[in-house]
Amino acid sequence: MAAVSTPAAPAGLRRSRGGERSLVSLAFLVVLWLSLFFSFVFLAILVITTFIEGLPRLDVRLFTNYTSAFAERAGARAAILGSLMVVGFCALLAVPLGVAAAIHLEEFADRHRWYNRLFELNIQNLAAVPSIIYGILTLGVLALLGVKNKNIVAGGALALALLILPVIIITAREALRAVPNDIREASLALGATEWQTVWRQTLPAAIPGIATGTIIALSRAIGEAAPLLVLGGLVFVTYDPNGLLSGFTTMPIQIYNWAGLPQADFKVVASAAIILLLAILLAMNGLAIYIRNRYQRRW
Amino acid sequence: MMGRTSMAQSDRTIHVGQTSAARTAESAENGLGRVDGRRLVESRLSPQQELAAEPVAVMECRSLNVYYGSSHAVQDVTLPFAQNEITALIGPSGCGKSTVLRCLNRMNDLVPEARVEGEVTFRGENIYASDVDPIEVRRRVGMVFQKPNPFPKSIYDNVAYGPRVTGMKVDDMDELVEKALRGAALWDEVKDKLHQNAYSLSGGQQQRLCIARTIAVEPDVILMDEPCSALDPIATARIEDLMQQLRERYTLVVVTHNMQQAARVSDRTAFLTARPDETTGNRTGVLVEFDTTAKIFSNPSEKATEDYITGRFG
Amino acid sequence: MNVTTTSTAGEGAKGPHPGHVSSLRSANPRYGERIIRAILAAAAAVSILTTVGIVVSLLTPAVEFFTDVSIVEFFTGTRWAPTFADPSFGVLPLVTATFWTTVVALAVAVPFGLGAAMYLSEYASEGVRRILKPVLEILAGIPTVVYGFFALQFVIPYVLRGWLGLDVGTFSALGAGLVMGVMIIPTVASLSEDAMSAVPMSMRQGSFALGANRMQTTVRVVVPAAMSGIIAAIVLGISRAVGETMIVAIASGQQPVILRDPLEAGQTMTGFIASAALGDSRVGSLEYNTLFAVGLLLFAMTLVVNLVSVRLVRRFREAY
Repeated sequence: MAAVSTPAAPAGLRRSRGGERSLVSLAFLVVLWLSLFFSFVFLAILVITTFIEGLPRLDVRLFTNYTSAFAERAGARAAILGSLMVVGFCALLAVPLGVAAAIHLEEFADRHRWYNRLFELNIQNLAAVPSIIYGILTLGVLALLGVKNKNIVAGGALALALLILPVIIITAREALRAVPNDIREASLALGATEWQTVWRQTLPAAIPGIATGTIIALSRAIGEAAPLLVLGGLVFVTYDPNGLLSGFTTMPIQIYNWAGLPQADFKVVASAAIILLLAILLAMNGLAIYIRNRYQRRW
Repeated sequence: MMGRTSMAQSDRTIHVGQTSAARTAESAENGLGRVDGRRLVESRLSPQQELAAEPVAVMECRSLNVYYGSSHAVQDVTLPFAQNEITALIGPSGCGKSTVLRCLNRMNDLVPEARVEGEVTFRGENIYASDVDPIEVRRRVGMVFQKPNPFPKSIYDNVAYGPRVTGMKVDDMDELVEKALRGAALWDEVKDKLHQNAYSLSGGQQQRLCIARTIAVEPDVILMDEPCSALDPIATARIEDLMQQLRERYTLVVVTHNMQQAARVSDRTAFLTARPDETTGNRTGVLVEFDTTAKIFSNPSEKATEDYITGRFG
Repeated sequence: MNVTTTSTAGEGAKGPHPGHVSSLRSANPRYGERIIRAILAAAAAVSILTTVGIVVSLLTPAVEFFTDVSIVEFFTGTRWAPTFADPSFGVLPLVTATFWTTVVALAVAVPFGLGAAMYLSEYASEGVRRILKPVLEILAGIPTVVYGFFALQFVIPYVLRGWLGLDVGTFSALGAGLVMGVMIIPTVASLSEDAMSAVPMSMRQGSFALGANRMQTTVRVVVPAAMSGIIAAIVLGISRAVGETMIVAIASGQQPVILRDPLEAGQTMTGFIASAALGDSRVGSLEYNTLFAVGLLLFAMTLVVNLVSVRLVRRFREAY
């Protein structure tokens, strides 16, 4: 019987040229890791430098004083209250409107009609329109309503509401879509009407998702300045906002103003205000994540 | 509660409302039909059951045709559903039995491309007439689905949901909930935890909860779309026993792909099959045979039925 | 078999269960339900109204603008000085600044964003991804005014001038663009990662079975398969870069000049709109209308870019 010779094994199975451990492969992995790392390093540097610069002025004055020509007296009181008020009214306007629109599009509208697909395209586009354009839109709307002084809380709330409306519609739709169809069918089979089904089953089940999306949208609204600048962006506000027709300023606008001033001390106050703003945003996003983890049902 | 007996031991007589032509003495004695020497599926009926000679149909479909877009899903089905009886719809997959079932409570309205032609009558009224409100139909014709689908609420709220949304006048909701849960043979298991979430129940319990929820609105007819296919055999047995109890008060129409279940449980059976269209290749559901369960399973008139029952196809 | 049918009208049914006596024809026209549905439809219509509103509010003053200024001058003129005594309305300086900041931003966002996406999609374990993805999202959540301030305070003086030794002034399109790029990384990364994750596992397994390693599989199999999604991500990044206001308003420059290289400072389209709004031109005047003309141009540019992106996203979603 002829001996069967095994051909010489090529370079061994352990160390091959193009394997996972090859130099090029490892270099690639390192490059990828670095690109991820870069983002985090940037974030860290941003937070740390801002913190270091702003810490001296993170004090009571920030909360109690109005802005001033003198840096050591400047505070963000009007801005803080203005932000809260404008975003509050914005939420009152955008959330019911957005959720109602989402309910219509998701539960009642016939998905196959051409105009409903146009709706979807339209909303996707609106979500990507530059925020400053919403300021211009609000100028137009207010002019139509005959409002002379456009730099009012109502105007700011309207601009921000229009800005985040598409985002709320999109996230609310996703939350509604995630509710399984079984539940709707069961409700309808019992003799409930479509609205009863939505109001009593679908919507309650979708609320955690809607809440999460809304909070994230509102946190974006708090950080926006561009649309409000277009409205007039009064930056020297030394009074508390006191109603829908009141003048106002917000934290991003105030920061923008201080950032543009030459005195170094104003840069410190600006940094302090930034720390405050970031803290508020952290709290809001933390809340959203908490709601999502605690209440989100995994169907 | 009826016990389960093995096939070999069954020894019951079948009372049939009408005589049929070719019935051997052997099959009348032990409920087993023999055709071509092959044993057919056992038909197990309790001795108390007597099928009415003149059944009263509470629902009927006449020349029912269903289209999904351009595809002809169901063709010319005419079936009566007799009061206080269990009617089974059997057939291979794709034969349209679920489609027919969903026409009975207008659930096909929810499918945008679905088109229904023909008549479906409830106590003589065509439920597809233009001025009929589908909501009213669904309050009288309830449905239990294949996969148990309780609401993400408490057991109590699941049962109370139907009466609440349909505006039933209820003096004592607690009493109504208890009655419904008893009617679904679930009360003893959940009476101490009515306010727990329905998802904490087992699959079989959830399905019985869905049944309780359905009977809470006091329908006349209960439709069941393969109610046991997602359940284990023990849960299945309990639901089958429950069906026998339910038929005293309601009329049941059950779709099942399990022939033995149809034979065990139903009074009358309709066999549907899917006929392919020569030109398009699409399959259309047609009614092949409809008769008492005893006859279908012991001595069917159509060869197609016999082929299906004996497992030659499908 | 003979079957009789019970009738509904007026009689109770036979048998132990009484059943409903009333007709199926509902006496209840359910007005409440109809009103609610109308309200919901109206809410959805607001979104269309918004788009219409945007177009109208931009178009009306812009059209007025173009009756005074020729389109040719607008698009080809090289001097942008709308408020001067001797005004000039060539929009090119603004466009060059927007161009440079966008290019720089993409030069940062695309490599780093794609790299992050590749790592998260192909290499990272589930646990790692669950931690890293949210951190990446944090970058997206930082207000742009904070980014702008950081660009002005830190990136331009310390990174560009100090560390890299470049010859830049207080403001610089490069500085603004770099920071803007980091802001866009999450957009590019997240959409690219979605696209890459959507590539079926079977494709990767086919590649591994042939003896390819992970790098080769990622680069030669996954990325090409996910290409339309990746391009959609980049295109969306372009849209955000073009439309971004605060970063460039703070750090890119206040003077509209034709930018020949990104190291210089120049005002972008969005920067101009922001500063023009803060000025006090008379409503209806030519100066006032320039704001809308530039706004219209901006909207048109981002609209085209967005539509392309939506098209691409739909294509990659359908592919799998």
